[in-house]
Amino acid sequence: MPQVNKIGLFIPCYVDQFYPNVAIATLELLEKLGCEVVYPSGQTCCGQPMANAGYERDTVGTAKHFLKTFKDFDYIVAPSGSCVLHVKEHSPSVPGLESEQQVTQHKIYELTEFITDVLKIDSIQGSYPHKVGYHASCHGQRGLRLASASELHETPFNKARQLLQQLEGLEWVELTRKDECCGFGGTFAVTEEALSIQMGKDRLEDHISHDVEILTGGDMSCIMHLQGIASRNKQNIQFKHIAEILNEAIS
Amino acid sequence: MNHPQEATEFLKDAANAKWHDDTLWFVRDKRDKVSKSVPEWEKLRNLASDIKDNVLANLETYLVEFEKNAKANNIHVHWAKDAAEHNQIVLGILNEHRCKAIVKSKSILTEECHLNPFLEKNGVEVVDTDLGERIVQFLNQPPSHIVLPAIHLKKMAISDIFHEKLQTEKGNDDPYYLTQAARKHLREKFLAAKVAITGVNFGVAETGEFVVCTNEGNADMGVHLADVHIACMGIEKIIPKREHLGVFLRLLARSATGQSITNYNSHFRSPSPGKEIHIVLVDNGRTEQLAREKFRNSLKCIRCGACMNTCPIYRRSGGFSYGSTVPGPIGSILSPGIDLQKHSSLPFASTLCGSCSDVCPVKINIHEQLYEWRQEITKAQGTNAKSISMSIANGIFAVPFAYKLSASMMRGALKILPESITYSGLNTWGKQRDLPELPKETFKDWYKKNRK
Ligand code: SF4
Repeated sequence: MPQVNKIGLFIPCYVDQFYPNVAIATLELLEKLGCEVVYPSGQTCCGQPMANAGYERDTVGTAKHFLKTFKDFDYIVAPSGSCVLHVKEHSPSVPGLESEQQVTQHKIYELTEFITDVLKIDSIQGSYPHKVGYHASCHGQRGLRLASASELHETPFNKARQLLQQLEGLEWVELTRKDECCGFGGTFAVTEEALSIQMGKDRLEDHISHDVEILTGGDMSCIMHLQGIASRNKQNIQFKHIAEILNEAIS
Repeated sequence: MNHPQEATEFLKDAANAKWHDDTLWFVRDKRDKVSKSVPEWEKLRNLASDIKDNVLANLETYLVEFEKNAKANNIHVHWAKDAAEHNQIVLGILNEHRCKAIVKSKSILTEECHLNPFLEKNGVEVVDTDLGERIVQFLNQPPSHIVLPAIHLKKMAISDIFHEKLQTEKGNDDPYYLTQAARKHLREKFLAAKVAITGVNFGVAETGEFVVCTNEGNADMGVHLADVHIACMGIEKIIPKREHLGVFLRLLARSATGQSITNYNSHFRSPSPGKEIHIVLVDNGRTEQLAREKFRNSLKCIRCGACMNTCPIYRRSGGFSYGSTVPGPIGSILSPGIDLQKHSSLPFASTLCGSCSDVCPVKINIHEQLYEWRQEITKAQGTNAKSISMSIANGIFAVPFAYKLSASMMRGALKILPESITYSGLNTWGKQRDLPELPKETFKDWYKKNRK
């Protein structure tokens, strides 16, 4: 493993609030993998929800704050493909800080790609004897290219699968529609509520009909949405962020 | 037109919505398989995209070249700046030939120009000869999909309308039987029409010829039996060279229906002796779109429909929910350019999942343009508008997503509000979804205690 210097942990606002366990798992996992990780406590939301709702121009402040918060780190790692994609591609240009912004866009990584591409860890030793279904969140999947897309003619790959499949006893479940959107979509979840719910139900059905025991993924936002529907309909399936599974498996 | 409302309506018939989703997914899946049988698929997409970029960068040059060569081939070339001009030109040709009944093969452009109602008002009978188009025409509906116009209808619905219009047996929904009935009916129309109208898939600048792709051969049947052929063509349909067809024809059918090639790819170069060919080149907002830097490459579209088949929203809300001639993802980036106010909900009818951009044979960055239209729409609406943004502000769930409000306020609200309010109509998130349970402490607090 190459020597990795200072890592700034970026925890999306809703994960900090609703899913502290996911953030803790991310931190512990990185520490177990030999990283020195710091969580700068001044961090706030990255501005993605506003930008996707059509108010990118109003997020210059948040973007600037983000740059300042993380400027001293060699890497920024977050357990969310969606927020990472936002910082990389949709942060509005911050006047006077353009070069810092460019640097930041190149040093920010989603958790699984950080493990496979920067730490260059191909496999994680551990055991996790469960049937796991993977929800490929679109922003990680087609935005960050964390896995091959079913639409493209390319050699199949999947960074999360690469890590999970090494765990002893873990059964990776093949889905009928392996990378269909779950219908979360940020504000879409409320502005197009009926569609959002239907899409979520359909995604859940794909997992449940394949006897998935634990549904996992790299973005808690999608999982929050799916879990919300499953819980309302008393469906029998558990939900975990991939950081929780990996962290549990190696302890 | 309000997409969320239309989608909600569509989803009320859950069985039908599921059938619609499955039917289109089947087409998408077929497209996946056949595209993967072409080793150079991604190279073809790159090539197609580059050729179209070149066309858009030099549109004027290619159009002038096309006009010159077409004229040399004895084709009459007309220019229409908008739909009204296009319709007038077509009517003028019909009047000149004292023609009161025409056959038309599928053309999204004539839909866009609302040619049918215009001609009917002027006493001309129009018969759409593509099977799917004829079906929706019987029902007085627009197409719900640009390649599969009647995809929203089940077999039995088609049987019913054929029973009414073509006197087929009641309740007989055998596809072969129904197709034969349509065939017989259309034959009569073909034989009677003096003028045939077609769309154009590709106009070749170098030769002045154009290519029309159909699966049913209906364009050819119409054109060859008529004395006059009118081809209506959007100005973006131009390609520089004939050899470029080798790229586009390989992509088109595979992307559209998963076939390796459309059944009939007919080249029209010059009229037979005693006959006439007219081409109407239509702008109708295209140069305006060309001038919008962020949105110009939407004009690369070859109308294959793949972005509709793949779109999880389109599949679950149907073509009519978009209220525009071209529905689905590509429609949602074309339509706001035509009428921003009317189509302002369309760029939000997406999760920005990006499947459309990956499926598109000419690599239009559709989902990124949806994002860009959102920025434009909120600007146009201003801060006080009763806009999509207002619905974002509704509901408890929205709070963590409005970065201006502090997170602690949200936690407070969640704790204080009784469940009846959290799950009331005000809170859209909670209508059919539970909220996550609130943990005892935030990560921030945990970190303070557990790390230095
Ligand atoms: S945008 Fe692309 S995928 Fe959609 S219809 Fe046009 S060419 Fe086909």
